[in-house]
Amino acid sequence: MDYIPNAPDDVASMLSAVGASSLDELFAGIPENIRLKRPLRLPQGFSEQELWAHMVELSARNLTTDSHRCFLGGGAYAHFIPAAVEQVAGRGEWVTSYTPYQAEASQGSLQAIFEYQTLICELTGLDVANASHYDGSTALAEAVAMSLDASERTRVVLSSAVNPQYRAVLRTLFRHSGLEVVELQAPDGATATDGVADLAAQAAAVVVQSPNYFGVVEDLAEFAKAAHAGGALAIASVNPVCLGILESPGACEIDIAVGDAQPFGIETSYGGPWCGFMAAKKHLIRRMPGRMVGQTVDASGRRAFCLTLQAREQHIRREKASSNICTNQALMALRATLTLSGLGREGVRRMATTCVQRAHELEKELAALPGVRRPHSAPFFHEFVIQTPMPVPEFAEKLARRGFLAGVDLQRDYPHLPRAVLLCATERNTRQDVQALAAAAAEILQEKA
Amino acid sequence: MNHPDTQLIFEKSRPGRRTGFLPDADPIPLDAFIPRRFLRKTPPRLPEVGELELVRHYVRLSQKSFSIDTHFYPLGSCTMKYNPKINEKIAALPGFSRLHPHQPPEEVQGALLLMHELQEYLAEIAGMDAVTLQPAAGAQGELTGLMMIRAWHDRQGQKDRREVLIPDSAHGTNPASSTLAGYRVHSVKSNRRGGVDLEDLQKKLSPRTAALMITNPSTLGLFEREIVRICDLLHQAGAQVYMDGANMNAIQGITRPGDFGVDVMHFNLHKTFSTPHGGGGPGSGPVACKRHLEPYLPVPRVVKAGDRYTLENDRPHSIGRVKSFYGNFGMHVRCYAYIRTHGPDGLRRNAEHAVLNANYLKSRIAPPFKVAYDRRCMHEFVIDGSPLRKLGIRTLDVAKRLLDYGFHPPTIYFPLIVPECLMIEPTESETRETLDAFADAMTRILEEAKRDPELLHQAPHTMPVKRLDELKAAREPIVRHEPVVSVPQPA
Repeated sequence: MDYIPNAPDDVASMLSAVGASSLDELFAGIPENIRLKRPLRLPQGFSEQELWAHMVELSARNLTTDSHRCFLGGGAYAHFIPAAVEQVAGRGEWVTSYTPYQAEASQGSLQAIFEYQTLICELTGLDVANASHYDGSTALAEAVAMSLDASERTRVVLSSAVNPQYRAVLRTLFRHSGLEVVELQAPDGATATDGVADLAAQAAAVVVQSPNYFGVVEDLAEFAKAAHAGGALAIASVNPVCLGILESPGACEIDIAVGDAQPFGIETSYGGPWCGFMAAKKHLIRRMPGRMVGQTVDASGRRAFCLTLQAREQHIRREKASSNICTNQALMALRATLTLSGLGREGVRRMATTCVQRAHELEKELAALPGVRRPHSAPFFHEFVIQTPMPVPEFAEKLARRGFLAGVDLQRDYPHLPRAVLLCATERNTRQDVQALAAAAAEILQEKA
Repeated sequence: MNHPDTQLIFEKSRPGRRTGFLPDADPIPLDAFIPRRFLRKTPPRLPEVGELELVRHYVRLSQKSFSIDTHFYPLGSCTMKYNPKINEKIAALPGFSRLHPHQPPEEVQGALLLMHELQEYLAEIAGMDAVTLQPAAGAQGELTGLMMIRAWHDRQGQKDRREVLIPDSAHGTNPASSTLAGYRVHSVKSNRRGGVDLEDLQKKLSPRTAALMITNPSTLGLFEREIVRICDLLHQAGAQVYMDGANMNAIQGITRPGDFGVDVMHFNLHKTFSTPHGGGGPGSGPVACKRHLEPYLPVPRVVKAGDRYTLENDRPHSIGRVKSFYGNFGMHVRCYAYIRTHGPDGLRRNAEHAVLNANYLKSRIAPPFKVAYDRRCMHEFVIDGSPLRKLGIRTLDVAKRLLDYGFHPPTIYFPLIVPECLMIEPTESETRETLDAFADAMTRILEEAKRDPELLHQAPHTMPVKRLDELKAAREPIVRHEPVVSVPQPA
């Protein structure tokens, strides 16, 4: 099947208009010896009805955060998504538009991005934000690139409690730039601050994450102070949900805040598409990568919006550009905008507070179980680490059989934490869910003992 | 005060208004859990609105933007084809959308099967041996492919290969990606026929050359006839050929990059395979390569072991991870559905009708317009707008006037090698009547340009706003709303 409207009559008259005798003749510019002489080896096409049946069957082979109660976190979070967000963001006008290069015909998209930028600034307490990044990991890498650009230095000081995948992306994207990474340890769950100011003296940036990968709330103000003492920029990767209740990066004097807006109305969708965000202090605006929407006026003096500061971008600067980013995640940013605007200042606080409450209830229940150890004692937001006597994959599998998705395994990235599980609770988990998970864990660990 | 229709959501906010999305939290003070010094002193100034205001605000905004669902959108190089509704419905199935990326492979066999099959389909369409779905967009695909080339050369001890050759008609991302991969860029001239100037290519080819980045068909909508010779030249010099797959819509099922000598390329799923552009993203930029580059693909790889699918991390030569998790899976689902719908015949027909529509539209508007490098085109063609200069009309004026006729303008001022250009790609989705109406509008605009140039200079006349002062936006950047602070009156 296809979506081509041309009927045989159309084809005949159009071919005659272009002076070709067949569709094949249109490809005469492609040398004969490199033409594909056989059909592509792909399954035969489906009608829509057949496709739907096939896809429903395929999707049913997966366990989901709907079919099971989800306590997974580690950079991806299952939150409640309001119907209004799905319905409005699903409109064809949003879904099927292109980048708003023609401002007069794109005021809707442009205003929505402007509102998104404002929401990100408000949450992070910073002055300027761009129109979004692929995800939190690439936003962090771009922030590091900004810091390298802004200084003559080639080192960054990086907390080992930053999401391991973010650190891996950073290593890949800077393979060829001579970046030197100095990692800070986090023995009690919180990243150690000793000596950071000395390290910062030769670094372009100090990079921390809060809440960090262990769920622990970092002392952002302390890191910003240490970074600035050494003449480095302070970069924080933050879960935006916590900003409903935790002090903003801006108020902590952080220079660049990044993260992923996925928790606000964006499906976990097996890892993407999501919405990386970036906000910074005003003086860094011309170093920021990516699209940015600005306010201006039209010819009759009315307020209007357009893409701006494009002289920073690859389509103008080409090989001199400091980033190759071209797209943003506009549709995902729209979902975050709808969610944040709908939640409002009280709703975001409520969401964050419920996350904290559920996670602490869960921690209390699990920490009391025989054989369970808590390696960290630092304050946490909605994730925390436990160690059990059971290998994590086995623990997770037994929980799955009882209807729970839980058990992000930390051992691969943190060998000093054997049999360590990262758990997360959000407002989607009820108190009954929390108690049920604790009861299931007790049962599983008892069987083992 | 701004009219409600032009207000920001922040300006519609009134203290105490709310939606009922979430239940109340328990009345426990937060400092029972988190030390007070970490808690926020002042709440973020987020809007306070009810649900209907929220919905109406964003539905109204949606109506202020052109989209494929509402308008013909012939943006060259962007492949603005129909985005099937069924694919949106499929991607929203909880069995795809509600998967957590930390779920172990045993729990998501359906998802991994889909990704594995999609890798195979894309490899077949490209004539390549291996595919990664991880890159989040075309530009990230470019960087991934170039880093793989660099790793391959480095492993052979060829560490002096630090230059990439790029034709002057290329997208801006090509040189930007090359720089990020640590390469120096040399531009290669186009010849009079719009192809790569072989003499210039040979002059710039050297033992320092790592790769040529070529877009084929080119951004001029022309297939590079000398592509086999070009690839041979590069390979003889020990270099690799990277292809920007932006224009695969013209050649899917007709010819394959792997068969004409390309070593590594990216797809833009949001172009060729119709995953929606979403107002500027999300995209998805899978990379396909020949066998010799496979060891360098990003991790994790989706692999099949017996009848199970799994994620492989242990690949010592891999360039590493370029994005968290496995790429834009939601886009992979839509692309898979699109390929399964079309099958081999449907994909080939897409190419045939995209090329037919482009040639037909070209025949309708040239003359009176002048086509750059006028020969039979592939899926798009480029108009040279410079003859209008003598009327005092710039291509920007034509583009803005097209809005009044209800058409989204083509891509303008790109490629850089054609003055005042318009790059027109109608895609296979459009009817002949739509193409005719667009051609008629273009012709009428040309008449208006002669009769009443001011009409064009002032265009658009029918949009929610008139032409914008973009200079002001860049000179005094305002990238966020600043609420007006009301000073409390003394009681």
